[in-house]
Amino acid sequence: MIYQGKQKIWADYQKEIPDNHWFYVRSCIRQNFFPGAERMFMEISRNLLGKDIFETENHTTCGGIAYHCDTIPQETVMTIVARQFALMTEAGYENYVASCITSFGNYIEILETWKEFPELETRIRELLWKACKREFNKPKYVAHASDLIYKYRNEIAARAKYRLVDRHTGEPLRAVEHIGCHYAKMFPSRGIGGAEYPYVLCGMIESWGGNVIDYPERRHCCGYGFRQYHVKANRGYSISNTYKKFESMEPYHPDFILTNCPGCPYFMDRWQYVIAETEGKTYGENGYGIPVLTYEELASLVLGYNPWDIGLQLHQVAVEPLLDKLGIEYDPKEKYKGLNEKELMRPELPGVLRCC
Amino acid sequence: MDFGFRISPSSAINLDKVNLEKFEELHRIEPDVYKCMACGSCSSTCPANRYSGMSIRKVILALQRGKEKEAVAMMRNCMLCGKCTMVCPRGINTRHLILSICRIYEEDVK
Repeated sequence: MIYQGKQKIWADYQKEIPDNHWFYVRSCIRQNFFPGAERMFMEISRNLLGKDIFETENHTTCGGIAYHCDTIPQETVMTIVARQFALMTEAGYENYVASCITSFGNYIEILETWKEFPELETRIRELLWKACKREFNKPKYVAHASDLIYKYRNEIAARAKYRLVDRHTGEPLRAVEHIGCHYAKMFPSRGIGGAEYPYVLCGMIESWGGNVIDYPERRHCCGYGFRQYHVKANRGYSISNTYKKFESMEPYHPDFILTNCPGCPYFMDRWQYVIAETEGKTYGENGYGIPVLTYEELASLVLGYNPWDIGLQLHQVAVEPLLDKLGIEYDPKEKYKGLNEKELMRPELPGVLRCC
Repeated sequence: MDFGFRISPSSAINLDKVNLEKFEELHRIEPDVYKCMACGSCSSTCPANRYSGMSIRKVILALQRGKEKEAVAMMRNCMLCGKCTMVCPRGINTRHLILSICRIYEEDVK
């Protein structure tokens, strides 16, 4: 990665992140895509690092997907979000951390809108009271969960069992970082490192021993784009976006892709299968794809958790080549075993994309 | 395998490989071609636009990108009514411009 210029941007876009006492809200879709990710966030921050992270079963969607698909008005989203803030207030917290990038963008957008239009905030408070007799205080601080892992990155590095180094060559692993669009593209000052070259994932990779690589389409969307995917007629746009990104990163031979958004890892993972089936092309070594990880999964790997306990068997692209490079021991027979040795169903192997 | 959708072909244009000799000639005759700010007033008033997709705005853009065949095909639908000239906020004589385009890209028009 070329550091010239970026360090100035990173210095300009730093934000203070409180160390402890967070109200955590999960994502709607991450638990279906990569369920180990959010569980490992709680495991690392709450159990391993001893932080106070609170979550409640009363939390609902933030309405972000419907909002960005243009199916509900902004007032509805605001009232849903106001209810989440009410849950935080009732639990006695002031710092709000979201697992989802779109939720994070949504919260920031709504708080900024209320700052510009206080009469709208008053109206939403009335609507919330009419709907469910709740009141709320605005959070003092809103963060994305990757901001917290970024803050704890050196603590994680100090406890790490593995480094992001190829054990065969001794070279740092080549990592591509991909930031969700709603993290800082709308409000650059709210993201660590700004919008152009966010530092949040770079910081983690560097702390854990990897090497971040630049490539031309680094800031390009993953292709999810809400309406691009949810409307089937538009799905060609979605996969074309992803294809463009992979074509751009291919010459740099990345070992893995790190993401901090619910949609990005899913689409960059699954579309590799579709690209392989339709174009006959794979982007990893020896017919494999490029593994796509969430930051929680990567943190768990360097901390030495069992890859199958953190849900890596739910990835379309095989992660075994990456585990071999890192020197992480795993039992292939345990890959599809669930809790209490329960046998999970084995997926059918794809025709083109090589999987283990 | 057919998923019901597919990767769209790339629409990227390498301007270093586009031959713009004819467009430069057009610019010599019609310097106003660079005045166009692509506002679309011409397209919205064009009586042929709704039925044939004719748009002088798109024609200028296509010629600058080296897509001559696409531009000339669109030009065939022009009726030379002159409405676009009347509405152009930059005062471009679009009717005259269209005739110059026809003259310069003559062989393609045939």
